[in-house]
Amino acid sequence: MVVQKKQDELIWKKRTTREQWINWFYWLIGISIVLFAWKIISDKTVWFFVQDAPRQAADIGSRMVPPKWSYSLELIKPVWDTINIATLGTVIAMIIAVPVAFCAARNTTPHSTVRIVALFIIVASRSVNSLIWALMLVFILGPGVLAGTVAIGLRSIGFCAKLIYESIEEIDANQVEAVKATGASNLQQMIYGIIPQVLPTIAGVGIYRWDINIRESTILGLVGAGGIGLQLNGSINTLAWTQVSTILLVILATVFVSEWVSAKVRGAII
Amino acid sequence: MNNVSKTLYPNNWKKPPFIKRSWLRWSIIIGSILYLIAALSSMDINIQRVLEGIPRGQRFIESFFPPNFSDNRGVVWEGILESIWMAIISTVAGIALSIPIGLGAARNLAPLWVYMTCRFIIAASRTFPEIILAIFAVKLFGFGPFAGFIALSLGTIGFFAKLLAEDIENSSPAQAEAVKATGANWFQWINYAIQPQVMPRMIGLSVYRLDINFRESAVVGIVGGGGIGATLNTAFSRYEFDTAAAILLVIIGIVMVLEYASSHLRKWVQ
Repeated sequence: MVVQKKQDELIWKKRTTREQWINWFYWLIGISIVLFAWKIISDKTVWFFVQDAPRQAADIGSRMVPPKWSYSLELIKPVWDTINIATLGTVIAMIIAVPVAFCAARNTTPHSTVRIVALFIIVASRSVNSLIWALMLVFILGPGVLAGTVAIGLRSIGFCAKLIYESIEEIDANQVEAVKATGASNLQQMIYGIIPQVLPTIAGVGIYRWDINIRESTILGLVGAGGIGLQLNGSINTLAWTQVSTILLVILATVFVSEWVSAKVRGAII
Repeated sequence: MNNVSKTLYPNNWKKPPFIKRSWLRWSIIIGSILYLIAALSSMDINIQRVLEGIPRGQRFIESFFPPNFSDNRGVVWEGILESIWMAIISTVAGIALSIPIGLGAARNLAPLWVYMTCRFIIAASRTFPEIILAIFAVKLFGFGPFAGFIALSLGTIGFFAKLLAEDIENSSPAQAEAVKATGANWFQWINYAIQPQVMPRMIGLSVYRLDINFRESAVVGIVGGGGIGATLNTAFSRYEFDTAAAILLVIIGIVMVLEYASSHLRKWVQ
């Protein structure tokens, strides 16, 4: 904040002139980057299709109503599969993520090279989307629920391990020291000093990730990895729009219920 | 002396269970076991297919090495650049759209009907994964990065507007009242009382969202939304696994850089 004096009058300003120029300069750079990006994207766009979009949207929209309610009975098995993919995937992820997190946390890692490996596992798992994991696993394990489950598991390791190791790094060292003072071994320190402190986080992270995984597992079927996405892909490809809207509503309901369940369970734990 | 009763100290100790009510603990354990049996039995894992897949997976992974960065069509770098531009423009557009929606979804700024409308938009955008939005965008706008841009921008709204609204709701009312007392109009009020309070967190979140959008741009391509995902999908369907490996490594590298940059930027801003 600066106060300038101009003809016996005090003027209040947020920035000095210099700061103002620097600020404008940053804005100039930012806007040029955005305009450049926009130019590249718009060069690759067929504008005729974009102009046609409102008509298309109205067309598809009118074909989507009314949803084909009778179809929802056929969706019970896919929804069950979807929930299984998410749940078992989360279980796999948590089983692997907890040891990885202990290797990645600065205060519990056995060795600094182990820590680097663990951090690389976390980043690699986080940066590859579950759909890409599924794409690869369908090649190896064949299409089906198993590929989807493993894909969700691999994708979730990084997320869970990252949140868990951050909470391990933030634990209260006094409690661990107190356990150590009783003559506990390293393993006992971990079981009685560290784990009780991070257990609520572990449970909370698992449930949070389960909620995300329900959402993610609804689309794995697009690459053949099971779940309701399989039906969605099939219905879109056969232009069965009334089925598509039914599926979307079922996904909406599933996500809604899972969000409610996870909120309730997290509320009970924390 | 014999009849002097000895004070009994407990000489063994058991860790208290995580869930204190025993009926709840046991019903959760039994319930999970029953669920696991039901889920695993409905998965119909084809062991034969999995066993067949192991040597196939081995060959699959072998064919990833060495990663081929210099594909003769130059598609890897072209795809990466397209993804980066797509991520930038969709983050900017998404945030520009989220600001009014986020302001509307904050209960302390907006009247009830605006609040309900904006919350509904946010909930709708959050429910469907980017990839489902991308399928519809491709149907409406044709193949190419424009569809991906639309899908990612819509996905950004749900994320950014929600966090912005929550942050505004948590901001200190005292500062807002002080600015209002100077006779500021609505825009000045937002600009000088609300914006400075939420800005640091929003900058961090926009970098984080840029990171998410880049990662998501790798999958919207699978359904035809342009970017590196399209290149990756082509590489997979042409069995050019060395190119696919190169793409995955580049994605991991860029995500690592973005993550590092965003954590530093957040520290620097706060």
